Amino acid sequence: MRITQGCFSYLPDLTDLQISKQIQYCLDNGWAVSLEYTDDPHPRNTYWEMWGHPMFDIKDAKAIMGELNECRRMKEESYIRMCAFDATHTWESLRMSFIVQRPTTEPGFMLTRQETDGRNLRYETRAYVMEKPEGSRYK
Amino acid sequence: MSFAQIPKSETLIDLRAEFAGAGLETYLYGLDQDLVGLKPVKSRIREIASLLLIERVRQRLGFATETPTLHMSFTGNPGTGKTTVALRMAGILKALGFVRQGQLISVTRDDLVGQYIGHTAPKTKEILKKAIGGVLFIDEAYYLYRPDNERDYGQEAIEILLQVMENQREDLVVILAGYADRMDNFFSLNPGFRSRIAHHIDFPDYNNEELLHISETMLQRQNYRLSNAAKDAMGEYIKLRREQPYFSNARSIRNALDRARLRQAGRLMAQEGSVAAEALMLIEPEDIFASRVFRGQPDSAGPNNV
Repeated sequence: MRITQGCFSYLPDLTDLQISKQIQYCLDNGWAVSLEYTDDPHPRNTYWEMWGHPMFDIKDAKAIMGELNECRRMKEESYIRMCAFDATHTWESLRMSFIVQRPTTEPGFMLTRQETDGRNLRYETRAYVMEKPEGSRYK
Repeated sequence: MSFAQIPKSETLIDLRAEFAGAGLETYLYGLDQDLVGLKPVKSRIREIASLLLIERVRQRLGFATETPTLHMSFTGNPGTGKTTVALRMAGILKALGFVRQGQLISVTRDDLVGQYIGHTAPKTKEILKKAIGGVLFIDEAYYLYRPDNERDYGQEAIEILLQVMENQREDLVVILAGYADRMDNFFSLNPGFRSRIAHHIDFPDYNNEELLHISETMLQRQNYRLSNAAKDAMGEYIKLRREQPYFSNARSIRNALDRARLRQAGRLMAQEGSVAAEALMLIEPEDIFASRVFRGQPDSAGPNNV
């Protein structure tokens, strides 16, 4: 099951050229771009691991693409997303974020039903990959 | 490529129109207008700009396939305008499309070289990331290399720089700057740098008239001016200051003017009654003659405050 989140989630995965242009758009707006990765695909997993610090004071997308390729090399089978942080007063939050890499296969989620008091049901979504420990989930 | 392959519409190229189209004239005219003296530097920059313009046309026609080497070295004494010209250079390179963003990142040894093993590479790469798409200006570049200490981390920064200067020529332009003699020494000890640098520009010292002209322009920008008598005083000052140690051309002049403004303020405050608005703009000879330079002493407290 293809995980979607952030901007462009309804589009096919962006090519490197498209990613690079989006990054340049962010930089031209003065936003600081950062990279985050995870191998826990649950939609409620909000806080991903940071790949280095947010990259302030960078003018050209090529520098970020270099960092992204490094991250891809080290985290081959992980989700990687690119975030753009706007430090302007009253914004001070992310303006944009989108997925730039996903594992080759995404097994999806299992739905479990738990029967509780009376005839009530509790539902739980659990990613199949979460059976395995961190770092070996998509191998 | 043979001539037969040139597109029909492109057999004659209007270089004037190319020149105007790139918006180069504003940069070059600005350079001529805003900077006093520096004749050889200006003509060299015009030459480089023409070369780059031709290079761009050749690229468009498919005659040139490789990105030209654009790395430069600026040599000259302190205060001769190396940083200012580098800033203009970044604008010219941006106008011609040889760098994408045109920012100038000015660094010295401390910004590139780390303090312990494993610190230098990330530090240098961090700076390079900021400079990508623009110009990296390394002031006093010879401090990167310390021949007396073979374990100096500067060597590591040099290696990274050389690699980037070669492999990422389309991403950034490196300008090395410093005193002429020390730069020569640096280049002879690091032949890798010399061969990767296409343009060497030498910045001459300013003569006394040029420095006087500079002091007038500096004051004008701050809405001050020298009275006629003060102009003579300033001329005297420049003559004497040049003979003193730590003379650094335009920078010494700027510092001298800052102190003259300080004395002017003191003089005006000490006056009884109201002061004419005109007087707030005027630097008088006594503001300049009060300098210690006229008593044969250094103008400021110590060598750090040149």
